[in-house]
Amino acid sequence: MTTTGSARPAGIARRSSKNRPARNGGIRESAVSRTVAMSVMVVATLYFLTPMWWLFVASTKTRSDFTTTAPLWFADFALFDNIAALISYRDGVFLRWLANSALYAGLGALLATLFAAMAGYAIAKYTFRGRETLFNVVLGGVLVPATALALPLFLLFSQAGATNTIWAVLLPSLVSPFGVYLSRIYAAASVPDEIIEAARIDGAGEVRTFFTVATRLMAPALVTIFLFQFVAIWNNFFLPLIMLRDERLFPVTLGLYVWNTQVSQIPDIRALVIIGSLLSVIPLIVTFLALQRFWQSGLANGGLK
Amino acid sequence: MATEIEMTPVPKTPSKPRTKAKSKSKSMPSRAISHRRALLVFLLPFSVLFTLFYIVPIGYAIYQSLLTVEREGTFGPAVQVFGGLTQYISVFQNEAFWASIGRVLMFGAVQVPVMLGVALILALLLDSPLVRGTKFFRLAFFAPYAVPSVIAAIMWGFLYSPNLSPFTAITENFDFLSPTTVLWSIANVVTWVYVGYNMLIIYSALLSIPQEIYEAARIDGANQFRIAWSIKIPLVVPALVLTGIFSIIGTLQLLAEPQVFQSFSSAVTSTFTPNLTIYTTASIPNMSLAAAMSVVLALATFALSFTVLKLTQRRTTQ
Repeated sequence: MTTTGSARPAGIARRSSKNRPARNGGIRESAVSRTVAMSVMVVATLYFLTPMWWLFVASTKTRSDFTTTAPLWFADFALFDNIAALISYRDGVFLRWLANSALYAGLGALLATLFAAMAGYAIAKYTFRGRETLFNVVLGGVLVPATALALPLFLLFSQAGATNTIWAVLLPSLVSPFGVYLSRIYAAASVPDEIIEAARIDGAGEVRTFFTVATRLMAPALVTIFLFQFVAIWNNFFLPLIMLRDERLFPVTLGLYVWNTQVSQIPDIRALVIIGSLLSVIPLIVTFLALQRFWQSGLANGGLK
Repeated sequence: MATEIEMTPVPKTPSKPRTKAKSKSKSMPSRAISHRRALLVFLLPFSVLFTLFYIVPIGYAIYQSLLTVEREGTFGPAVQVFGGLTQYISVFQNEAFWASIGRVLMFGAVQVPVMLGVALILALLLDSPLVRGTKFFRLAFFAPYAVPSVIAAIMWGFLYSPNLSPFTAITENFDFLSPTTVLWSIANVVTWVYVGYNMLIIYSALLSIPQEIYEAARIDGANQFRIAWSIKIPLVVPALVLTGIFSIIGTLQLLAEPQVFQSFSSAVTSTFTPNLTIYTTASIPNMSLAAAMSVVLALATFALSFTVLKLTQRRTTQ
C-alpha cells in the first residue's frame, strides 16, 4: 500500500471528470471501443434502474391491473388512490413509521455528525496524550459492523429496562466511528492551522472557532458523514427488529418487513407493501440527489485510504 | 478547570496528563496546554457514546457468553451461574451455526469478487474517455444504494416470483427461490445494492491519479485498455482492498435480505446465515449461547478481514 500516504497531499480534488484531456493525447479511440463501452453502460443502467422502474409502475396500478397488465408499463394511473389507501390503513400507521424513520435517521445522523466532527477535528488539530490510541480504537470501531452490536446492545438495554423505547434505537445511532475517521482526515487537509491561529488572535474561543470557521471548511465531509449515517440508520434493520415490540415505534423498514411476512395471510396487504416501499425510498434518493455536489467531493477526499 | 482559553503558553495545571503538550507538534508548539476545556467539549460526547454503545456492549456480550443457566431439579427456578467456556463448547458443537458460516463464506467467495469486479469495470469505464454522460451513469449506478436492504429484498422477491415477476418468461422456467438457487438470488440483491457504492469509491481513487502519469503511456501509443490494465488498476488496489474488507464484513453479517426472503422461499431456514442463527438462538431465548455466537462471529470477521489486509499488503509492497 505504498500509494496510501503519498497520493493524498492537499486533499482537495485536483481535477474534475469534465476536463479530461482525451484530445491532446493524439490517439483517438476506435469507434468499436466506444460502442462496446457505451453498450456496457447501457446494460448496467438497465440492470440498476429496471427494478426501481418496476416498483414505480407497480405502485401506480390498481389491484387488478397489477397482475393482469404489462408489469413494466402503466395501466390505469391509481398512484394517489394507492397512497390514500396506504396512509389510511390501520389509522395511518405507515405515516407514523415514516415519521419514526425520519426522527431516528434525521436526529441521529445530525447529532452523530456533530459529535464525530468535533472528535475528528480535535484529533486532527490538537496534540494530547492518548491521541493516537484514541484514533486507533475508533478505527477498530469502523470495522465493527452495526449488526454485530445489535444483540449485545439488546442485552444491555434489557438490563436497563429500556428496550422497546425510542432511546433503544436512537442512542446507539449517535456513534459514527467512520465519521471521526473522515473528519480527522478532512480537517487535517482542509482546515489550515493559520486560520485557527488567526481566529485565536481575533480572540475567538476554541469551541467558537470550530463552529464558525472549521465546520464551514469541513462542510463536504460533514455532509458526507451525515448522509451515510442517515442511510445507515434509515436502512438499519437488526437493531429495531430485536429492540422494538410496539409497532408504533417501528421505523419504516421494520414495518414493511412485518407487513411483507403477512402477505400470505392477508393478500391485500401486498399492494400496500409495494407502494410503501416506493414511498420509503423516495426521501433517500431525493436527499442524495440534492446533496450530490457535497458528498461526491467528500467521498473523493477522505472516504478512502 | 480553566475557564478561559489562555493565549500565553504557560503551563498552568500539569496535573491532567492529557493536556500536556508535546513539543514534537510542529504547528502549535505549546499552545495545546491551554486547550483542555475545548478538548473536553470536543471529545467528551463522542467518547462517552462510543464507550456506552460500542465498548460496554462488547464487554457485556463477552460476560454474558460466560454464563450458563442452571436449574434446581427439573422445575426449579432458572439461575444464571458462571459457566466458563461452556457456551463456547456448545458453539463449536453447533452444526447449524458452522453450516451458516460456511454458507456465507461460499457466498462471499463468489459475490465479493463479482461485485468488486463489476464495480471496477464500471469505474474504469466512467474514468475513460470512451463514455459520454458520466454524470448520469454515476448516479444511475449509485441509486440502488439509497434503497434499504429490506426494501431491495422485498422488491427482488417480487421480481423473482414465478407469477408476479415482470419477467415471467424467465421465472416460470427457472426457479430463483429453490434451495440450490436462493443463495445466489440473494447474492444478486446484495450486488445490486452495493455495486454503485463500491464503484464510487474506486472511481474517486481513479480521479485522484495525477494526469501526467498517463502522458508517457499516451505518447507510447497505449490504448485505453492498456492504460487501465497497467496504470490505473495497480493504483486503485488500496481502494479495492478497502472495499473488499468492508464487503467481507458485510457478507458475514448478512441478515436483512435472507430474513425477508423467508417470506418468499421456504428454502431460507432460520439458521441460513450466522446472524439469523444468532437471532433465532436469542429468541429461544438462549441469550448466553447467542452472545457466545456473536463473539465468535465478531472474532471470525476480524480475523478474516485482517488476513485479507495482510495478504494484500504483502502483495502490493512486493
